[in-house]
Amino acid sequence: MIPVAHPASVPTRSAAVPAIEVRALCKSFGTNEVLKGIDFHVDHGEVVCVIGPSGSGKSTLLRCVNRLEEPTSGTVMVEGVDITDSETDLDGVRTRIGMVFQQFNLFPHLSVLKNLTLAQQRAKKRKKAEAVEVARRNLAKVGLAEKADAFPAQLSGGQQQRVAIARALSMDPDMMLFDEPTSALDPELVGDVLEVMKQLAREGMTMMVVTHEMGFAREVGDRVVFMDGGVVVEQGKPEDVLGNPQNERTKLFLSKVL
Amino acid sequence: MKRSTRRRLTQGVLYAVFAAAVAFVLLSADWATIRAYFFNLDVAVGVFPEIVTIAAKNTVIYTAIAFVGGLLLGLLLALMKLSPVLPYRWFATAWIELFRGLPALLVIFGFAYAIPIAFQWRAPGGNAGAGLIALIIVSSAYIAETIRAGIEAVPKGQVEAARSLGMNGPWTMVTVTLPQAFRIITPPLTNELVILIKDTSLLFIAGMAIGDRELTTFSRDALTSTANATPLVVAALLYLIITLPLTQLVAKLERHNKRGR
Repeated sequence: MIPVAHPASVPTRSAAVPAIEVRALCKSFGTNEVLKGIDFHVDHGEVVCVIGPSGSGKSTLLRCVNRLEEPTSGTVMVEGVDITDSETDLDGVRTRIGMVFQQFNLFPHLSVLKNLTLAQQRAKKRKKAEAVEVARRNLAKVGLAEKADAFPAQLSGGQQQRVAIARALSMDPDMMLFDEPTSALDPELVGDVLEVMKQLAREGMTMMVVTHEMGFAREVGDRVVFMDGGVVVEQGKPEDVLGNPQNERTKLFLSKVL
Repeated sequence: MKRSTRRRLTQGVLYAVFAAAVAFVLLSADWATIRAYFFNLDVAVGVFPEIVTIAAKNTVIYTAIAFVGGLLLGLLLALMKLSPVLPYRWFATAWIELFRGLPALLVIFGFAYAIPIAFQWRAPGGNAGAGLIALIIVSSAYIAETIRAGIEAVPKGQVEAARSLGMNGPWTMVTVTLPQAFRIITPPLTNELVILIKDTSLLFIAGMAIGDRELTTFSRDALTSTANATPLVVAALLYLIITLPLTQLVAKLERHNKRGR
């Protein structure tokens, strides 16, 4: 194949440019150094699960990828575009990065359907009819087609999180970020959400998942990254990191959660 | 004495004191005078229909103008106060602190008399117009603080969700933050509205033209011309007729809005 040169500002889906590439990323809150020089990447179509004890900086790392947190130093490249550059169209990049929050963060004053169409119409400038069609397709995909007219408060936690996933998918993102998507759910509701995420992974979606679900990481993850104290301690295939950890800190963490 | 007996005795004494107080007031009042000066039917009939068609109508119109104006100006001030631009924050803070700290009566007086003289300026709508501008400004200061509190009460995750979907700051404010903020502040805003209805009575200090008079100015004039307090009683009833349905309506709205929370 003949390599095609892309201008730096144009997003590329070539294998040569990772979906997410983080270099020497540091983040401090005041004097509290949360990320201490992270190098991290996610390739296209890859599912990377980030695990680690609370306070290890894994959520902060994920939030730096779409700049919900402002990095203190270092670079974050999304499909080859430096999102820490003030010249970058951040809103434009964000439409290509779906994000799912621990607390769902659905808009409580809007119906489920409006939750899914709002950003399509405002940020992607889609016509209403198209936005509604896309929204209904994604609601069906997460198994909640009949809840289009419900309000978030009328749904269970698991249903709300699936709506949140459908909302992110409705922007047709190139990749999805999950920030502990099942941590706020009752145990019996976790399965439905994980099932939707597994389906996404099977379809080849690029995913970065901060999670405590070791079963999910083992089954679905292409790679597992273990973080502790603001650094990446160990990473590799799930069966290696989870089954045969090399680092003492990884061993200690896994002995507590498995 | 048994505990239950003592409780019954205490209650009996409380009822007796209340009944005695009511009886004292009823017996000591000069009912003929009260009826003649406060509930005089001839005087009451005399103030109709103008007290409704002019005075009550003007009270409602002035309240609506001052509230809508105060809401728009208050929203602008709230956004300025939350702005990253420092001079905007200073300006909004100074405005809010100044007009919350001054008596409304003084501000109305200033706009009706002091400013026109000092700046050779005539307010549109004459003295009533100048008084209304003052009311808008005073209410904007209170409403701005209410709206700012409402905006800050919307969970941070809401803005993060909207921004992560690629929505820009202004759209996020308009479609996500403000609708939720206004649901939160419906009760205090109603309070502002009811206070504003009553504050229109302060407009009398501006010196209103005959056709511009609202309930209080109108009934004060009638009090002078009839040497009878009945117009004040009629005005008081009309104020209640305006405010009571309003508070009921908003209570209903509040219950309706709970659906989306």
